[in-house]
Amino acid sequence: MAKVKGDIIIDIEKCKGCELCVEACSQDSLTTSKKVNSKGYLYIVKIEDNCTGCTNCALVCPEGAITVYRKTANRKEQIAKITNVTKDMTITVNE
Amino acid sequence: MNEKQMTAPDSHYEQMIAEESVCTTENIVYEKPHTLTDTPFHYCPGCGHGVAHRLIAEVIEEMDIQEETIGVAPVGCSVFAYNYLNIDMSEAAHGRASAVATGIKRVLPEKYVFSYQGDGDLAAIGTAETIHTCNRGENILIIFINNGIYGMTGGQMAPTTLPNMKSTTSPFGRDTNSMGYPLKITELIAALPGTYYVTRQSVHKPLNVRKAKKAILNGFQYQKLNRGTCFVEIVSNCPSNWKMTPVESNKWLEDNMLPFYQLGDIKVPKEEIK
Ligand SMILES: Cc1ncc(C[n+]2csc(CCOP(=O)(O)OP(=O)(O)O)c2C)c(N)n1
Ligand code: SF4
Ligand code: SF4
Ligand code: SF4
Ligand SMILES: [Mg+2]
Repeated sequence: MAKVKGDIIIDIEKCKGCELCVEACSQDSLTTSKKVNSKGYLYIVKIEDNCTGCTNCALVCPEGAITVYRKTANRKEQIAKITNVTKDMTITVNE
Repeated sequence: MNEKQMTAPDSHYEQMIAEESVCTTENIVYEKPHTLTDTPFHYCPGCGHGVAHRLIAEVIEEMDIQEETIGVAPVGCSVFAYNYLNIDMSEAAHGRASAVATGIKRVLPEKYVFSYQGDGDLAAIGTAETIHTCNRGENILIIFINNGIYGMTGGQMAPTTLPNMKSTTSPFGRDTNSMGYPLKITELIAALPGTYYVTRQSVHKPLNVRKAKKAILNGFQYQKLNRGTCFVEIVSNCPSNWKMTPVESNKWLEDNMLPFYQLGDIKVPKEEIK
């Protein structure tokens, strides 16, 4: 089973607090912070660690303030072998 | 070899995966296109102009035509579009963007030329230019941002303002008896033989953003064929002059604008681009 883990970085100086990203996020990962940026906008922060990296928030963001990251940890992918422990032991970390 | 020894390193590494940051360059699945400058937009929070600009920049970047594209900015809220798109751009007098784009394209036919215009610009003061550009079948792309209002000047009624919709010049709502019905200029120009590809999209939801991007991409790609004018309408919002929050404005757009301005292709080329 491939595990998907996503994350986002919000450029809080660009954010105008329109909340369109909050509305677009089906994971309810985002909310408006109680702090303002230098322009006086209440910017958006990520509050949950359940982001799937679906990019919906970034697609609707009028300021282009969101960068989305996604990593699929494919359990079948073998990228390292531990030798000296036992003959066939492999670990399945995704780099 | 017992069970424990076998499983211990695995769970250890699982934990490492969990702790390792996902935010690395190779994991980027979406970032702002570089063809969009770092200048912050002057638009109100939640305004669709920002999304539309970004989509144009994405398409130009993906087609790798940054050096070969010339845009024409309108008068309206998007009057400073040239500050945000890192390509060659020209400013036009109010409503005349398609005429200016015609001139540029005729002098430099190998360039990709597009105009970006609001509804007041394209469908009111610029109606003549719009219709005749399309009727001549100029090989340009017209991107039409329809937010049903004059945004820049403070919310006056536009030709596209919906029936009963309030604006500063229709404070009791647009009365169709005295003010006429909203002008579906997109359907109007689609009837002209000069137009090659005519579509109406929106940018209020993620799926619509994807479709709008595809439409803009089509518009640029078809320009290579020299078969006529491509026209992409984007139904957009104006939270400030609609006097709503951005989230409310997108809901209102869906409930009121879209039943009148139905999304989808209005004219598609018979032969698809290879
Ligand atoms: C010749 C001329 N007439 C009128 C104006 C005033 N004016 C500026 S923008 C505008 C309408 C803008 O509305 P729209 O094109 O819908 O753009 P939006 O701001 O809604 O994006 C008008 C009437 C002008 N600048 N020049
Ligand atoms: S990428 Fe998707 S899941 Fe993650 S915050 Fe954005 S909308 Fe939510
Ligand atoms: S959509 Fe963009 S500008 Fe609007 S609140 Fe979210 S991050 Fe900020
Ligand atoms: S006035 Fe309306 S169209 Fe203009 S920037 Fe503000 S929200 Fe956008
Ligand atoms: Mg307008």
